[in-house]
Amino acid sequence: MIARVLRDEIVRAEQQRRLYSALVVVLTLAVLIGGLRQASAMNSGSFFAGLSKFFDYPGEIVIEAWQAGPAFFGLLWRFLPALVETLNIALVATLLGGAAAVGLSFLSSRNLDVWPPLIPVVRRTMDVMRAFPELILALFLIFVLGTSPIPAMIAVAFHTAGALGKLFSEVNENIDRKPIDGLRACGASWMQRLRFAVWPQVAPNYVSYFMLRLEINVRASAILGFVGAGGIGSELRRTIGWGQGAGDETAALFVLLFLSIVVIDQMSSATRNRLVRGPALA
Amino acid sequence: MTIADTLRAEPGFQADAVAATVRRRSWAALAALAAVVLYLAYAWHAFGVSTLIATAQPDRAVLLGLDSVAHKVHVTKDLRAGDLQVSIEGERTAVYEQPPAWVATDGGRTTVDLGDGYTVTIEDRGAVFEVPGYGTIVARVEGGKIVTDLPGPAPDWLQLNPAKVDARPTIGRRLQVSRTRIEVHRYFFGWENFFFPFRSELTAYSAGELAGLAVSGDRLSAELPNWRYILDTFLTNPDWLHGEVLIALFETVMMAVLGTMIAAFVGLPLAFLAASNFTPSRVLQAATRRLFDFLRGIDMLIWSLIFIRAFGLGPLTGALAIAFTDTGSLGKLFSEALENIDDKQVDGVRATGASRLQRYRFGVIPQILPVLVSQILYYLESNTRSATVIGALGAGGIGLLLVETMRTAKDWENTTYIIILTILVVFAMDSLSRRLRRRLIDG
Repeated sequence: MIARVLRDEIVRAEQQRRLYSALVVVLTLAVLIGGLRQASAMNSGSFFAGLSKFFDYPGEIVIEAWQAGPAFFGLLWRFLPALVETLNIALVATLLGGAAAVGLSFLSSRNLDVWPPLIPVVRRTMDVMRAFPELILALFLIFVLGTSPIPAMIAVAFHTAGALGKLFSEVNENIDRKPIDGLRACGASWMQRLRFAVWPQVAPNYVSYFMLRLEINVRASAILGFVGAGGIGSELRRTIGWGQGAGDETAALFVLLFLSIVVIDQMSSATRNRLVRGPALA
Repeated sequence: MTIADTLRAEPGFQADAVAATVRRRSWAALAALAAVVLYLAYAWHAFGVSTLIATAQPDRAVLLGLDSVAHKVHVTKDLRAGDLQVSIEGERTAVYEQPPAWVATDGGRTTVDLGDGYTVTIEDRGAVFEVPGYGTIVARVEGGKIVTDLPGPAPDWLQLNPAKVDARPTIGRRLQVSRTRIEVHRYFFGWENFFFPFRSELTAYSAGELAGLAVSGDRLSAELPNWRYILDTFLTNPDWLHGEVLIALFETVMMAVLGTMIAAFVGLPLAFLAASNFTPSRVLQAATRRLFDFLRGIDMLIWSLIFIRAFGLGPLTGALAIAFTDTGSLGKLFSEALENIDDKQVDGVRATGASRLQRYRFGVIPQILPVLVSQILYYLESNTRSATVIGALGAGGIGLLLVETMRTAKDWENTTYIIILTILVVFAMDSLSRRLRRRLIDG
């Protein structure tokens, strides 16, 4: 008797769950199809007309790059400083943002003996920093400081501090408290406890998130360059603005950006695998 | 006996080796720190921070700050035509027919009261500016030249040159005299004509009266019901373009939602090919992985530039750029999640005689669903920000609108308005995604 009631109950719950899943799937599909139709209608060029032209532009720059012949490698060399500038923006922003994030994360972790009322304040601050669009900050700073890599760097660092701060504080909250208590028993100060009990536990995860962020920031710096922050983005904007004839230069910039992103991507995932899974630091 | 001695007495504990390791690691940490400091010093030099500080224009920030919360009213006398008009922001569409009370005209003489004892008197081809604490500035245009008379040495808020006199004793009061015109600016706090255009009869009503009008049957205009008329007037307000801004915001959100959804739908099946425990062949697995790397490596910037060429301006362009990049990112994440699943559940489903599709549906998907949903929502949130940037590259939406209003730099309150709306939308998406994640994953 009880078994039957229970089974009916389970069957009903299962049916309801399936209904919900089906609804979610249908709704998602409806949004997707309706949205695509709407987007296609709002676009200045239509989807099918664009589809036939999709390979025109990449084709055009590949042909121009091919025609440039060996001179193409000269172009790669010529644009190297722009690439270095973009990489500098990303690295400095990640370093400064990461340093700020470490501070913010220690102040927003519940298990590190911080003054409790401070925690929600710091957390909300980080939420705002994370959600604030980089573009707006960068454009504002470009207006005040003039065209230079600094506005992009500050904008990216600001966002990084919020994003990494949240991840770091999650790492902090998952540590083992025993070393902290041990050091406290010896009379260690708050700074000493952080340095010798917390830091060794969290550092590998920090480095892994740092590498992930570095990769994201290289992309962000390249994009912000396009709106006037220097580096490879501004070079791209210049060559694309010229239209036809500069296809080889555009291709060179694409190749540089692609290669650097792939290299950093591979480096970052290799480091992360080694730090988080590997035995090296176990 | 000290603690160190106790430890040394412990069998198998090599105190010297431990001390050496600690020392080596401390040195390594210090060396890393030194390298970072050196690098930052190099960056300081490479970015030219010193020259940047010297050439920065902090006054532009102050100006922007003022202009974004205030509007100015111009009192302009055209010296060629000889007529005087009062208008908001000097726009032709916003000229007062009856000048406000602080502008008094008496024959050929106009007195502009700027408050706190500051007054400008415009008469004939000259202006007299009373500045409390400084004295009276007289500027006249005589025979194509500007003649000035000052009570003392020129302060730094006063710029004098043969073609123009520009006096701005406080940030909210300004007098400019050039050979062709005399112009007085007075700033007022707030955004002007925010709801309805200057000429619209609707500006006269209060909020309560408007609500009454909206439901009333007496039509203000013959063609439309009142609520539509009020809404239309609001949306087509030429100073603020509320309608255009809302459409642009909608486009941006659409780019993010569509882009993320397409990426998830395409990325999931491909992830099965790229996961080592599901792939039908090693070659296919390697090919799919390289495809993911390629899609991610090209980056949103390049994809957007290519799609803008092919599809022109609009949400579809942005959505496709996001979809291409994130198919790579999400596909990689999904395939990693697939590689980490527990095979026991799949075997259990297999034991009931389930087909391959059923095994995936009931044995695999429930295991990766939390990762799937949380990653999709996380990307949705970050793509809302990306969509504003892609828009600025030329794909349209709020990003493009923002860059355009900033570039013209005419009215900063418009820019502020767009910035506030953009931030609100990004925050809304952020909290929506956070709430959904918490509900769906923590149950």
